[in-house]
Amino acid sequence: MAVIELTKNNFEKEVNKSKIPVIVDFWAVWCGPCRLMSPLFEKLSGNKEFKGKLKFARLDTEGEPGIAGRFHILSIPCLILLNNGKEVDRIIGLYPEDMLNNKIKDLLKKI
Amino acid sequence: MEYDVIIIGAGAAGLTSAIYSARYNLKTLVISKNRGGIAATADRVCNYPSYKDIGGMELMERFIEHTESLGVPIMYEEVKKITKKNNFFIVSTIKQDYKGKKLIFAVGSERNKLNVPGEEKFNGRGVSYCATCDSPLFKNNIVSVVGGGDAALTAALLIARYAKKVYIIHRNEKFTRAEPMYADLIRKEKKIEVLFNEEVKEIIGSERVEKLKLKSGKELKSEGIFIEIGSTPNLSFIKSLGVKFDKRGYIIADKKQRTNIKGFFAAGDVVSGTFEQIAVVAGHGAIAANSAYEEIIHKK
Repeated sequence: MAVIELTKNNFEKEVNKSKIPVIVDFWAVWCGPCRLMSPLFEKLSGNKEFKGKLKFARLDTEGEPGIAGRFHILSIPCLILLNNGKEVDRIIGLYPEDMLNNKIKDLLKKI
Repeated sequence: MEYDVIIIGAGAAGLTSAIYSARYNLKTLVISKNRGGIAATADRVCNYPSYKDIGGMELMERFIEHTESLGVPIMYEEVKKITKKNNFFIVSTIKQDYKGKKLIFAVGSERNKLNVPGEEKFNGRGVSYCATCDSPLFKNNIVSVVGGGDAALTAALLIARYAKKVYIIHRNEKFTRAEPMYADLIRKEKKIEVLFNEEVKEIIGSERVEKLKLKSGKELKSEGIFIEIGSTPNLSFIKSLGVKFDKRGYIIADKKQRTNIKGFFAAGDVVSGTFEQIAVVAGHGAIAANSAYEEIIHKK
């Protein structure tokens, strides 16, 4: 599954009105760990376990400071799980693929 | 699969040992939970010879590229346990076990926490441990940096490019551990104010960090706090091996990077008394690989 690029124009449709939970990767070009997170996140989006259960999206905090501000994004990389547009919980920092996969699964259990 | 050398850690020490080990034609594996170690989080590196000024991440990517060009696999997995069986080390990660004749332990260290109320709660909501990642997120804010070493001072200089005001909160009366060049730059930067003999006792806010309660009783308006108070190695998973530590929890190694456990070498920031610099720990890595090689060819 592909990772959806979020902007203020599609946030309402892709996140707030999404029928399934959405996990959003908040990132920025200057952030080294974010650049390492990006391919891992992309890979996890193709994980069969998440198919039909979780949508993967990313948001450039510099391009969309309004949305980043609303979520108080003050440390990146930051993954936020949103259900019906509301934050369930977040993962801060970079982790190896396996750990990240498990952390996302743990977040889903909180819904 | 059986390896001659397993290196744990993909920072400057671990990757240098991998390069040397591969060039000694030893079957080498690197296992690491991160990429580039603590050096990769440095904003700029200006003292590693042949690079006058390079980003930490960029420099470490070159270390990785060099390592991989020699055919050394790097597994990004977290090590759970290391055991010694006969003359082999078994390194267990979440995924699988790896078997190696020699082990070079170069996991570096983990950032120290302040351990004050609010630190955990506001992690990612104003509390940060990575100035290079997060400084631009504090545009026009009032921000504090805790610490008095090079990491704290360079973080403050970086944050001052974006923030309206930066406080450095340092528990001593002057900067004794930082390079004087950085201390001079701090003095010249008008946005930075240094609070000596001061400590953070509590981090306060609602949705995000708003203020800090200090030892003096003063409350300081601060919309962010960067914690740069050094680091300590996390060695919990090797305690059962019986490796000798110093009082501060660092591994004791000799000039050949040997520890008290045969075949177990330590390199980089985990080693007691290390001057934590890329040039120094790269040297540790080279020595550790050479020592492992000597033991293997002489079948010690």
